[in-house]
Amino acid sequence: MSNVKKAFENGKAFIPFITCGDPSLEVTEQLVYAAEEAGADLIELGIPFSDPTAEGVVIQAANIRALSGGVTTDKIFDMVRKIRKNTQIPLVFMTYANVVYSYGTDRFLQTAAEIGMDGLILPDVPFEEKAEFDEPCKKYGLDLISLIAPTSHERISMIAKEANGFVYCVSSLGVTGVRKEITTDIGAMVKLVKEAKDIPCAIGFGISTPDQAAKMAAVSDGAIVGSAIVKLCGQYGEECVPYVKEYIKSMKDAIRTI
Amino acid sequence: MSSKGRFGVHGGQYIPETLMNAVIELEAAYEHYKKDPEFQAELTQLLNDYAGRPSRLYYAERMTKDLGGAKIYLKREDLNHTGAHKINNVLGQALLAKKMGKTRLIAETGAGQHGVATATAAALLDMECVVYMGEEDTIRQALNVYRMRLLGATVIPVKSGTGTLKDAVSEAFREWTNRMDDTHYCLGSVMGPHPFPTIVRDFQAVISKEIKEQMLEKEGRLPDAVLACVGGGSNAIGTFYNFIEDKDVRLIGCEAAGRGVNTAETAATIATGRLGIFHGMKSYFCQDEYGQIAPVYSISAGLDYPGIGPEHAHLYDIGRAEYVPVTDEEAVEAFEYLARTEGIIPAIESAHAVAYARKLAPTMSREQIIVITISGRGDKDCAAIARYRGEDIHE
Repeated sequence: MSNVKKAFENGKAFIPFITCGDPSLEVTEQLVYAAEEAGADLIELGIPFSDPTAEGVVIQAANIRALSGGVTTDKIFDMVRKIRKNTQIPLVFMTYANVVYSYGTDRFLQTAAEIGMDGLILPDVPFEEKAEFDEPCKKYGLDLISLIAPTSHERISMIAKEANGFVYCVSSLGVTGVRKEITTDIGAMVKLVKEAKDIPCAIGFGISTPDQAAKMAAVSDGAIVGSAIVKLCGQYGEECVPYVKEYIKSMKDAIRTI
Repeated sequence: MSSKGRFGVHGGQYIPETLMNAVIELEAAYEHYKKDPEFQAELTQLLNDYAGRPSRLYYAERMTKDLGGAKIYLKREDLNHTGAHKINNVLGQALLAKKMGKTRLIAETGAGQHGVATATAAALLDMECVVYMGEEDTIRQALNVYRMRLLGATVIPVKSGTGTLKDAVSEAFREWTNRMDDTHYCLGSVMGPHPFPTIVRDFQAVISKEIKEQMLEKEGRLPDAVLACVGGGSNAIGTFYNFIEDKDVRLIGCEAAGRGVNTAETAATIATGRLGIFHGMKSYFCQDEYGQIAPVYSISAGLDYPGIGPEHAHLYDIGRAEYVPVTDEEAVEAFEYLARTEGIIPAIESAHAVAYARKLAPTMSREQIIVITISGRGDKDCAAIARYRGEDIHE
């Protein structure tokens, strides 16, 4: 079983997203340990990109802060090497196609596997374009995570059949960011996935409160939270670790027993 | 299922899953309507009666004599309604969107010409219109912001990133992800995910179709070279397209080199970029070693873009088209030169092509012919060029 799938063995999974290098890679490393202690089951490590077209303003700003601070793909790889000496928590990168492609897709994925990453999420690579990334991912034993959206409809089955690790269910239209309400019939999306393949489904985009996380986890296998955490990092900077830890604990507690 | 819309290795559909059904729907509608005689007749009528096509092919006699080489013709896209080639594409896409049942158009704009064209088509076809424009560009091109508002469009200044065209494109994509049911993203150049590079090229190909007919009528032969400025590359692909099979016709795209290709302040993608994936497509992009998109620069807001359309990237790869860098200074000189020599004030974008023609024509014989596409008119640029020359004028 892939390390990614292990994230779904402790009840409903809680999956936090962290922008690497916001405010610094040292803090990012501490956030990973704190997140694990607080109950996170898998962590998405965002490699910042200059022009993240699927992100809302919160994560856009974090990307700019991180890049302005001098973060690079190689420095992030070094950070993961350090992290892997201390924890085996499932880790996936979330970044944009150009970050991987520009590094050399094969070289990027080989390095990611060597340093102990478990998978990769590329929000600007849909099903039709996945082969050039998925084939080398398979070669190095990484899971390329597939996304489905409220507009996917008849595409869900096709996507799910070839999905690995887990299926990332995008809860709402638009870009990442906190939302007051999620109106999509997530249960129906998850059902279509499960009909096509027995694979965990985690829901992301717009989730920020324990109540929302509980509702989403009730109809799936886990909840993904990005902007709400990145907001805390932006607000508290170097001091953010205890705040993020407390937040993650409250979120995991809300979904643990569902 | 395999990748669609490839030009060699370039192109494709690198977009969030949320948008996939929207581009699939668009492709299906386009494939249907491009073969529909009624749609084509309606579009032709709009292009002719409303936009003023065909545009003139004008023999620039004074410029020809002054440069003392090849005979120079100007393809006058600046004479189109709204003052640029952008209207060709916009009328096509707006009509298509209307047939698809969309009631709202969104668009990005750099210099403002595509935004003005989209706002115009929206007014004509009774559609809602929202235009995303980099904040920096709303300052450089204040007149066009006012024109868009006058036409009933909402202009949203984009503050993210460098506040220029690339950020406007990113923001328009974000908005489209949010609202697809009633909204068509009227992309302004031969870029983005399939089917946009093909749709926009087909609607702009009227430029080279007319050049060919007009040239055969005036000279009884094809030109030796056709020149156009290239940002994303829509007027250039329009100028090249019907000549691609005519191997003796040189296709020359003029990129914005800004302060020079050896500086960081440049937007010359072919000269300084490398292969990447951005804004829905694989193509050449100005970027750093880690794939972070470069904050490019050009005096021309319309060419101030870090990438180039995938079909251009392919034409470059196979050696069919040439791409040359032109600096701000050369473009400004050409802007002033064409004004004084021919009484035509070109857009600063188009002035990049004029600038290269000034170098090229004297190296050619008097029996040879070049065509420069004047993609737009330069009224919008007068204040900025005055400032460049140290004169502070108020519009």
